[in-house]
Amino acid sequence: MAMLTLAELAARIPDNALVAVPPDNSLTPAALARALVRRGVRGLRLLGVPVSGYVCDLLIGAGCVASLQTSAASLGENGLAPRFAQALAAGTLEVIDATCPAIHTMLQAAEKGVPFMPLRGVLGSDLLAHRPDWRVIDNPFAPGDPILLVPALAPEIGMFHALCADEHGNVHVGRRRELATIAHAARRTFVTVERIVPGNLLEDERMAAGTISGVYIEAVAVAPRGAWPSALLDEYGADAAHLAEYAKLARSDTGFAEYLARFVCA
Amino acid sequence: MIRAEERLIGAVARLILDPAAPPARHIAVGAASPIPAAACFLVQALGHDVRLSLLHQHAGNPFTEGTRELFDLAGQGRIDLFFLGGGQIDGQANLNLIGTGDWPGRSVRFPGSFGSAFMYLMVPRTILFREEHSSRVLVPRVDQISAPGLSPPNVFRRGTAQALVTGRCVFRFDAAAGRFALASLHPGETAAGVRAATGFGYDAPAAPETTADPTSEQLALLRGPVRARMAPTYPAFCARVWGEAARSGTDG
Repeated sequence: MAMLTLAELAARIPDNALVAVPPDNSLTPAALARALVRRGVRGLRLLGVPVSGYVCDLLIGAGCVASLQTSAASLGENGLAPRFAQALAAGTLEVIDATCPAIHTMLQAAEKGVPFMPLRGVLGSDLLAHRPDWRVIDNPFAPGDPILLVPALAPEIGMFHALCADEHGNVHVGRRRELATIAHAARRTFVTVERIVPGNLLEDERMAAGTISGVYIEAVAVAPRGAWPSALLDEYGADAAHLAEYAKLARSDTGFAEYLARFVCA
Repeated sequence: MIRAEERLIGAVARLILDPAAPPARHIAVGAASPIPAAACFLVQALGHDVRLSLLHQHAGNPFTEGTRELFDLAGQGRIDLFFLGGGQIDGQANLNLIGTGDWPGRSVRFPGSFGSAFMYLMVPRTILFREEHSSRVLVPRVDQISAPGLSPPNVFRRGTAQALVTGRCVFRFDAAAGRFALASLHPGETAAGVRAATGFGYDAPAAPETTADPTSEQLALLRGPVRARMAPTYPAFCARVWGEAARSGTDG
């Protein structure tokens, strides 16, 4: 595990990579996304796990994203993700729609190293017609029962913000175990943390269950308040006023440029 | 004075407690659903033994296996009731959260399907909720189907919509007929006004009931304990409906 600066971490995420990102309520890597905008990353293929919020909207608005696979793009109580909607309307963003449990299941298949997994539901949804990679088969154990198969999806990169890391590269995410699924499924995982703690998190019975083993983590960078303006567990709440300001500014090209100048590139 | 939101919360709570519907011992609430969440908190505050799992609860979130746990629970049949909405909802209870026009919402984009394509088929009952009641939302046929209202008999499905609550009325859904029926009009609404604002066809009694107001006991619960339970997860909603005091303590 490498201990890097935020800018060094951003430099390791290559252009055009397939990158799994958790949404606003789930330890979203906001500081790393801003560092990626500053580094001028291009052509990212983002995977919202399982939905997308501020981080994806920011990267899309800054011209960093070629495609987005997600189950929804939203700023929660602040409404639709404006840069996502603008890019979709302008035809500059490829949107691959999914549904939340399908994204989890595709990652779980990758986690297990199997080529596909079945999932209930979805039959009758128009999603199927737009997902040639999803197949419906007849249940081989109980014929007459059509069921969806989704393929394993191993992101090239997983990125998120965690509470802390130890010197062995173990990172603590508490109950947000979807981040463990990301780390297990992704080929390379990069994590920002609030702080580095001494010792070994896996030797602490109370911390171990909420910890992701360093075996999955390629590099860590310290980024205090790295989920801001989103919340981080019980460390800090969401900055509702800032998210509302983002939602307002991002409605227009000039407003979004102002946002980048004031909060990302300043 | 009773707020429109409080009336909707009361209407949803009555549907949750409907003795004719499959029992609701465990209710889950997904993203951006403050009125359904408040209705569940009200049902609890009224003394009913109902487990409530809020997907977006900040402190004390019930899911410890990641956000997939909600879907794993539903897949096993451990969630009895869920809430869904739609940018468009049609007369067969199909939901469109993708958008209008060509795929994937070339005219107007909605947020996306969330878990609807799965949850709608996995839970024994779904209450549909959409505050805007207009012919652009309630359409004869959705432009895209995120989640189907009905499924052929060979497709595994535990239940369908129970009802649709809007800002103007309550519709019941009759899965056998594949149609909505008007159940009650909110105060101030007329049968003709609702008919004009609804793009799909539905059945209606000659003299529809009026949606009952929350009782004074229910209002006191809403403005006290329910508001306190809501504030951490839905600060903007609480501030809008019940005043700025509800905002305090959310930025800890």
